[in-house]
Amino acid sequence: MAQITIKGVKKNYAKTAVIHGVDVNIEAGEFVVILGPSGCGKSTLLRMIAGLEEITEGEIAIGGTVVNKLEPRERGCAMVFQNYALYPHMTVRKNIGYALKVAKVPKAERDARVMKVAQSVSLEPFLDRRPGELSGGQRQRVAMARAMVREPKVFLFDEPFSNLDAKLRVAMRSEVRRLHRDLGVTSVFVTHDQIEAMTLADKLIIMNAGKVEQIGKPTEVYNNPASRFVADFIGSPAMNLFEGEFDAEGHFVHGAGGRMNVSQLNGVRQPGRKVVLGVRPEGVRRTGADTHGAIPAVVDYVEELGASRLIHADANGSRIVALDNDSAELKSGTPVHLSLADSALHLFSLEDGRRISH
Amino acid sequence: MIERSPFFDFITYLAMAFGALVVVIPFWITLVAGSQSLQEVSQVPISLLPSSHLFENLAAAWTRGDLGPKLINSFIVAIGVTVGKITLASLSAFAIVFFSFKARMICFWLIFITLMLPLEVRIVPTYSIAANALLPFQVILDTLGITGLVQAVSGVQIALNWNLLNSYTGLILPLVATATGTFLYRQFFMTIPDELVEASKMDGAHPLEFFFDVLLPLSRTNMLALATIMFVSSWNQYLWPLLITTDRANFGTVVMQLKALIPAQNGTPDWNVTMAGALIIMLPPLLVVAFMQRWFVRGLISRDK
Amino acid sequence: MERRAYYRNGWMPWLLLAPQLILVLVFFYWPTTQALYWAFSLEQPWGGGNTWVGFDNFLAIFRDREYWGTVLRSAFYAIVSTGLSMAVALTLAAFVDRSLKGTRIFQSIYVWPYAIAAPAAGVAFRFIFAPESGLIGSVNQIWPGIWDPATNGIHALAMVIVCHAWLGIGYNFIFFLAALQMIPRSISEAGAMDGARPFQRLIDLQLPLIAPTAFFLLIMNLISSFTDSFGLIDVMTEGGPIGQTEVMVYKIYFDGFKGLDYSGAAAQSIVLMLLVIGLTFVQFKWVERRVHYN
Repeated sequence: MAQITIKGVKKNYAKTAVIHGVDVNIEAGEFVVILGPSGCGKSTLLRMIAGLEEITEGEIAIGGTVVNKLEPRERGCAMVFQNYALYPHMTVRKNIGYALKVAKVPKAERDARVMKVAQSVSLEPFLDRRPGELSGGQRQRVAMARAMVREPKVFLFDEPFSNLDAKLRVAMRSEVRRLHRDLGVTSVFVTHDQIEAMTLADKLIIMNAGKVEQIGKPTEVYNNPASRFVADFIGSPAMNLFEGEFDAEGHFVHGAGGRMNVSQLNGVRQPGRKVVLGVRPEGVRRTGADTHGAIPAVVDYVEELGASRLIHADANGSRIVALDNDSAELKSGTPVHLSLADSALHLFSLEDGRRISH
Repeated sequence: MIERSPFFDFITYLAMAFGALVVVIPFWITLVAGSQSLQEVSQVPISLLPSSHLFENLAAAWTRGDLGPKLINSFIVAIGVTVGKITLASLSAFAIVFFSFKARMICFWLIFITLMLPLEVRIVPTYSIAANALLPFQVILDTLGITGLVQAVSGVQIALNWNLLNSYTGLILPLVATATGTFLYRQFFMTIPDELVEASKMDGAHPLEFFFDVLLPLSRTNMLALATIMFVSSWNQYLWPLLITTDRANFGTVVMQLKALIPAQNGTPDWNVTMAGALIIMLPPLLVVAFMQRWFVRGLISRDK
Repeated sequence: MERRAYYRNGWMPWLLLAPQLILVLVFFYWPTTQALYWAFSLEQPWGGGNTWVGFDNFLAIFRDREYWGTVLRSAFYAIVSTGLSMAVALTLAAFVDRSLKGTRIFQSIYVWPYAIAAPAAGVAFRFIFAPESGLIGSVNQIWPGIWDPATNGIHALAMVIVCHAWLGIGYNFIFFLAALQMIPRSISEAGAMDGARPFQRLIDLQLPLIAPTAFFLLIMNLISSFTDSFGLIDVMTEGGPIGQTEVMVYKIYFDGFKGLDYSGAAAQSIVLMLLVIGLTFVQFKWVERRVHYN
């Protein structure tokens, strides 16, 4: 167990900067997930922690030691790779034990440790097979066992489940969660799958275009997105986002002149201020025409989810999605009225996308 | 096969059989003539069926061509070249593919340009270096003034001399000094996924441990292919051994003996003995190719991509 | 050829490369440079220094009618043996590519010539073509003196060329077959759906698609006809009768090692090297444009 401190870390490839200065503190024993779209620099950051990528500028410390100049083997990290990266010519036993062999751990001890780890991920029946003879899930477990056997200070996961099918992914998720609970090792997990991120993380780091957008608990990030990017990226179905401005009466004007009554945003409604208003679909409800502040809209189509449904509608030129639990038939073109839940409104500056608190 | 036409199938078999005939006839004639007596082999037209004198002809060729020691020499050279090539090629390809250093591309080209000019094309100058393989270093030392310096300081004159004429080293080294194997290994190493290298780094393995524990076992097929190609090509060398061995009795290879087996212009036309000798000389590389076909075909093709 | 994962150990790559680099320096770069020096100077074979003579050595060989004869003969030899060998190999590969039952046996037989030393094949073919022996020589029984490579230069050259072509069948076959098998089946099937018969498909679809391989083989064969011809000629004709089968490599050997004219031989070597480099360069340019199936 070790804490990881990342201070002002930058990464350039030739002349292009891919990471623009990242500051993160990871507590000992914490499970941290770095989430972001592909190409945002999340894997690069992870690989810099691992020592597989040089740090252009800044400092990474593991357990209080600055590791910038250390070889991967000297950093006490173990890594699970996206494509497993198992040695194809070695048996499962040898794959798991290779790090110990390299470290010149005596054979007897090596065998015992391999066996113990193999048991903890239910791999003993497969110890003498080669990776080619295993299923995807089994290979994934070998990759994890290989990381565990060294009893590292830090676990690094680089999109480890992206090659698995949906069902296995869920199973592996709970397995990783269980292992973390049992071993308590500091873990950094990189993914682009937000559900994976939300369910695994103690702490979530959202990255975009080489910058950290937000760091926080999953619920915090979901409920209080720090930027328009995070608001848009987290949550499925995605948050409704309307670009617009406030008029003299304090109404939010959007689309083709649609107006919304957003009195709860008191204090930030300077007339003429250009903003992005965000509301999650579950914060949009169908309501009667006489409700105060109801927004008239026209149904475009309805997406059935089984237990509930999503109403895609047009409100004066702005697309709006509402989560609906009713089952009454709604045809395309039907007029409806929608209301926004008070607590669910998010406001971002149109200029830089940062959150405007209210 | 898309068409199911019996007639076209028949044509196909006919053509393939004819092709096989074209390929096999020289082998067959060699075997047939090698098994006949002097009388039988001198008949016009010759019988195309083997006779019963194969072993006495083999024995005659064996003594006439002094094939025993020459076979040993050929094996030494072929195995030396093969082993040397595999060792050097895998090491240098490892350096070129997996290491990052400033002169990497220069080294790459320095080695790969040698693919362009086969030994036969530069035979005259290469021969001259064989008289003293250390000459380039002597010249370098002389030019840098080190020779003079050492002589002034210690009174010892540096005179590097290493004559390769009539030696196994001379037969082997120039054949090792080309890029064929390096290229083959490089092609293979480039298919190794990055993540395997990284996994071994995370496992704490030293580059050499990665080389011996991961790369070499993975490139076994590649090695078999290269071994076949190198064995065949070095066994079949003719011009270079001819030049470098003036002492044929001790250092001659078996392929050089072929000419000595041919009947003299006005001597007895005992082609039966000649052909029996040719049979012995052809056999080792033919066996190697026949047994290793699966691997070496793959190696040949990937070499020249 | 960039990898994402590599090592950075200052001296280690040099240690790994050292053996190969030293060998290449001693046995390739040094001699090649020296050949250049010789080609532009006149050296006495038994020492006594060299004098710089500029292009004199080249002018001397270019003025030599006999040399041009050798060059033309080499070109003829190269083109005919290459064409013959590739045509046979391609035909066989096209039939083998149909993968009928039992094809594998034929396939492995066709590879055999690759294993054979040129001089060994030379001995076998010399016997097959010997005027006094009972194979091709049998025609002399019917028409006395119609076949005699020992005195007829054209016969001798034909004999050497046929043997050279035979030697190349294995190598060419391997590459043609691999190229044909790399073409996705769906292309041939689409051709068949369009109503093209097998031969038509070979001409319209397969040949254009394997053109890069064919070109690669063409160059490799041309180069090998310069380089591998020595053993063959030395065993079969020794350049005779009266120099009528003498090709460039053989003349270099003869002038350099028998005639001890190192400067002339070096100049000839340079010409040959330039030829080979030129051919290789053309091939490199072409290889970049290879067909890729995705």
